[in-house]
Amino acid sequence: MTNWIDACAPDDIDEEDVIRFDHGTVSLALYRLEDDRFFATDGFCTHEQVHLSNGLVMGKIIECPKHNGRFDVTTGEAKGAPVCVNLKTYPVKVESGRVFVDLG
Amino acid sequence: MSTQDAGMVIVGAGEAGARAAMALREHGYTGTVTLIGEERHLPYERPPLSKAAMTSVAEPTAAFILDEERLTANRIGHISGVRATSIDRIGHTVQLDNDRRVPYAKLLIATGARPRKIAIPGAGSENVLYLRNFSDALAMRARLQPGIRLVVIGGGFIGLEIAASAIARGCSVIVVEMAPRILGRAVPAEIAAVVADHHARAGVTLIVGVGLTAIERDGTDEIVVLADGRRLVCDAIIAGVGAIPECGLAEIAGLTVENGVRVNAQLVTDDPDILAAGDCCSFPHPIFDGRRLRLEAWRNAQDQGNHAARSMLGAMEAYDRVPWFWSDQHDQTLQIAGLPDEGDTAVVRDLGGAPMYFHLKAGRLVGASAVGPIGKVARDIRLAEMLIQKRARPDPVLLADPTVKLKSLLPTEPVAA
Ligand SMILES: Cc1cc2nc3c(=O)[nH]c(=O)nc-3n(C[C@H](O)[C@H](O)[C@H](O)COP(=O)(O)OP(=O)(O)OC[C@H]3O[C@@H](n4cnc5c(N)ncnc54)[C@H](O)[C@@H]3O)c2cc1C
Ligand code: FES
Repeated sequence: MTNWIDACAPDDIDEEDVIRFDHGTVSLALYRLEDDRFFATDGFCTHEQVHLSNGLVMGKIIECPKHNGRFDVTTGEAKGAPVCVNLKTYPVKVESGRVFVDLG
Repeated sequence: MSTQDAGMVIVGAGEAGARAAMALREHGYTGTVTLIGEERHLPYERPPLSKAAMTSVAEPTAAFILDEERLTANRIGHISGVRATSIDRIGHTVQLDNDRRVPYAKLLIATGARPRKIAIPGAGSENVLYLRNFSDALAMRARLQPGIRLVVIGGGFIGLEIAASAIARGCSVIVVEMAPRILGRAVPAEIAAVVADHHARAGVTLIVGVGLTAIERDGTDEIVVLADGRRLVCDAIIAGVGAIPECGLAEIAGLTVENGVRVNAQLVTDDPDILAAGDCCSFPHPIFDGRRLRLEAWRNAQDQGNHAARSMLGAMEAYDRVPWFWSDQHDQTLQIAGLPDEGDTAVVRDLGGAPMYFHLKAGRLVGASAVGPIGKVARDIRLAEMLIQKRARPDPVLLADPTVKLKSLLPTEPVAA
């Protein structure tokens, strides 16, 4: 089942950056990469539950603000210590000038 | 002696040791990996001990770095509850206190540090507590009940984190620091002042610039006697007066020890088959002109564990990761990148109410520090760290201007030293 939610305008996220998006009980991190692709993952780091929206995006990597744990934002994959549990990812599409996330 | 089974042996199953064991596998090593630790637990992280483990409502569990499943999947032999007592460098074996001898091809010493004890009359009381491991944390937590009067000796990171946690648990807290200000040389005075202010607002009493002369007992009360004659009546005393590197093994083995087990840039000791990493080692840092450092910092332990594993497998690179440290006190995070005390000039940037200091040495960025909510400080400290790593010489005017994104100051090509 798909459940596309209107999250923001593309320009609400700077290039190579991340914002927080809360909807109901879920909290996501929404990313815009340098090449203008958009991605979404669970918002909280799998190490100590700190929100990733204050982290730094470099290429397709988000670095957690707390202890620099790294994830690939395109796949959610944990890229080494101290994080070892992957992030859940969500499909994203840009349509009619809006960014939509599929919360399933 | 046959070295048939001799593989990689790591003494000390803490942050650096556990990380090194995993890194050996990640870098493709297929031989035997043995991780020896005197604690009975699986390897766990220490930073939460003074923070979440103290303040959590529920009884805390250790934050494990490796579980049984990952140890098994990576074929890491974990010998726990056993202390290594000596190294036979000629025979290439480590002696354990359970009479076992473990052969090694390469040996990593990752034995960490232990709390320095206070040495004044009365300091031997059972009401004087120290914090290094999980069982210390459980014992301390049990003592920090609402209404308990606590004196913390030492205004360094551990003492201040415990003070913040104890206030949150409803204790009354006095921190006594002998130096004129808290946090010492590693943190600029301006940042230390902000931290002191947060403690004062949370209800912690800070006494600075006064030494201690004795701890006396009066019935069930303990009395901390200060050099100026003041007497602080309390129920428990926590001492956070620094740590001493755990170098016994290296000393017995005749390796050079000077404020830690002395290693070279590849983290190798005087003996080419013995390395050291983490809180126990002193190493030269290439970014700071080879200045010899011994860090007591979580990420350094992790990164040096990883680096030592690579050196054990024959890599020849120098360890050059910029030092990085954080501390959580009350709702504030303090982060430090590089070495602020190396700087000759400081530049301040306002991160929306949170101060950030840049420290420059002859124009080159060598340190940065900031305190505030994590959302305000983390990114810019991380970017400053990258600037330091690249030996950048950013324009101080741009550094001070909060509208200039630090990311835009990153050189695209590495800058020459
Ligand atoms: C309470 C506390 C809070 C901290 N908070 C922070 C923080 O907020 N930020 C930060 O950056 N850093 C923090 N640190 C520092 C960080 O935890 C250490 O830098 C890190 O744990 C060092 O890792 P290590 O592997 O060198 O040593 P350790 O983690 O201490 O591990 C060494 C291990 O070796 C074992 N060992 C020693 N000798 C032997 C022997 N002969 N045989 C067998 N085993 C032996 C010890 O029992 C220990 O388990 C904190 C430390 C403490 C204690
Ligand atoms: S909370 Fe994200 S790396 Fe620790």
